[in-house]
Amino acid sequence: MPEKPKVPGLFKGLGVTLGILKDTIVDGANTVQYPHEKEAPPIRARGVIALHEDNCTACMLCARSCPDWCIYIEGHKQLAPPRRAGGKPRQVNHLDRFDIDYALCMYCGICVEVCPFDALFWSPEYEYSEPKIADLLHDKEKLGEWMETVPEAPELEAGAQKK
Amino acid sequence: MIQLAIEIPYWGQSLLRVLGGLVAVLLPAGTIVYLFLFKMMSFMQSRLGPMEAGPYGSLQLVAEVGKWMQKEDLAPEAADKSIFKIAPLVVLLSTFLLVVVIPFGPDALFTDFEVGIFYGLAVASVSVLGILIAGWASANKYSLLGGLRAAGQLIAYELPMVLATLGVVIQAGSMNLQNIVVAQNTGEIFGWGGIGNPYIFTQFIGFLIFMIAVQAELTQAPFDMPIAESELVSGYMTEYSGFRFLIFFIAEFATAGVFALIASVLFLGGWGIPFDWFGWDTIDSVDNWMNVAGPLIMFTKMLVLTFIIMWVRFSFPRFREDQLQTFAWKVLIPLALANTAITAIFKVVF
Repeated sequence: MPEKPKVPGLFKGLGVTLGILKDTIVDGANTVQYPHEKEAPPIRARGVIALHEDNCTACMLCARSCPDWCIYIEGHKQLAPPRRAGGKPRQVNHLDRFDIDYALCMYCGICVEVCPFDALFWSPEYEYSEPKIADLLHDKEKLGEWMETVPEAPELEAGAQKK
Repeated sequence: MIQLAIEIPYWGQSLLRVLGGLVAVLLPAGTIVYLFLFKMMSFMQSRLGPMEAGPYGSLQLVAEVGKWMQKEDLAPEAADKSIFKIAPLVVLLSTFLLVVVIPFGPDALFTDFEVGIFYGLAVASVSVLGILIAGWASANKYSLLGGLRAAGQLIAYELPMVLATLGVVIQAGSMNLQNIVVAQNTGEIFGWGGIGNPYIFTQFIGFLIFMIAVQAELTQAPFDMPIAESELVSGYMTEYSGFRFLIFFIAEFATAGVFALIASVLFLGGWGIPFDWFGWDTIDSVDNWMNVAGPLIMFTKMLVLTFIIMWVRFSFPRFREDQLQTFAWKVLIPLALANTAITAIFKVVF
């Protein structure tokens, strides 16, 4: 194999920067001009946590496992009508308050992992910055609205066991 | 400055010169910052740079200047206030003094100075004083170290620069920059005068040494030891804010432009086009329209040279301090001395 003539590193370096200059002019930059055009985050991106309120039993597992203590839950027990006619009324936990303070949240996702009833979901939505830091406390109505942005769960791989 | 039909009174001429000087210093500085620092550097990193202020971010500079102007003019408590405040002005002053000798056309010049290049190289080192003052007066260890490094570096690289210039001076037989331009445009390469004789061909080693020395004089990477941000915060500029930092910033890029102008005069034929093309033989027979075309030609050459300066700046990592000094004293200066000696021998023999 014929040996390539050696280019001194100095000129190689100049060539690299000039090459990228050319690429940027011809093909455009690798960056996105954010407010004008938006990047599509991957569907499993950790943007915001959404709450599916009906599934929540106020079991407090998420609040207790949160490293930042940024989840605030209040609830009370109440009686619900029986499932079948003639049965006893059921006792259920009713959720009064479910707040996540995104000023504290570090997006570790432990709450989503730990939730035994599939009440918390990751959504790739990322545009919820606020002029006031207090507005980053999302209450359960707002967390519920994020549910619309939660993408469909991808198909399981062939041979995977579904619980 | 420019020969017009009407007689301009002395104060008017002075005013024109001051305005011309401002344009000659600030226009290249602004162009370099926008074109190279904002745009080319971004493109070399595969991003677009400023895009919001004005079309393609062209008004970003106005925004930047506005930002610096409204910042507080801070001075450290222990600083030597009066000279702390003068220092950036001294640095900028050296740029303005430097631009005075550069000819932009047959009549478009500030002053026809017989020892032009000598004067130019002398006032170029005034900026060292400004930087040393800034480093000392800030009462800050980083500033002081940065100032000392800058002084050591600028003195070390002044020598090869002067010696590289010497080759051109020997070949042109004059220190007057106007005469150097004329000598290049009326010269011949081995009897062929098609493109005159820009000294970049005969003095190529001199040109290389000059450009390397300019890079170091401007403290642009890879010679940016004095403001090495990972070690010295910002070197001698650490304590400066607002307007005074802006002055340092302008001075850095204005000096880049002015040195590029000097390099284009010394090595690329300056404002001239080969006189043969239009049948001129001496400076007096050059047509008047060259007073308009000359500055444009100079500006183009300046852009080409600053492109190279900035390209190198964005491509290479920083030298180590001892490598920097070794390179100047053990490589550049002997090379420049040899170049000077060979040029002198050729001048005498041929």
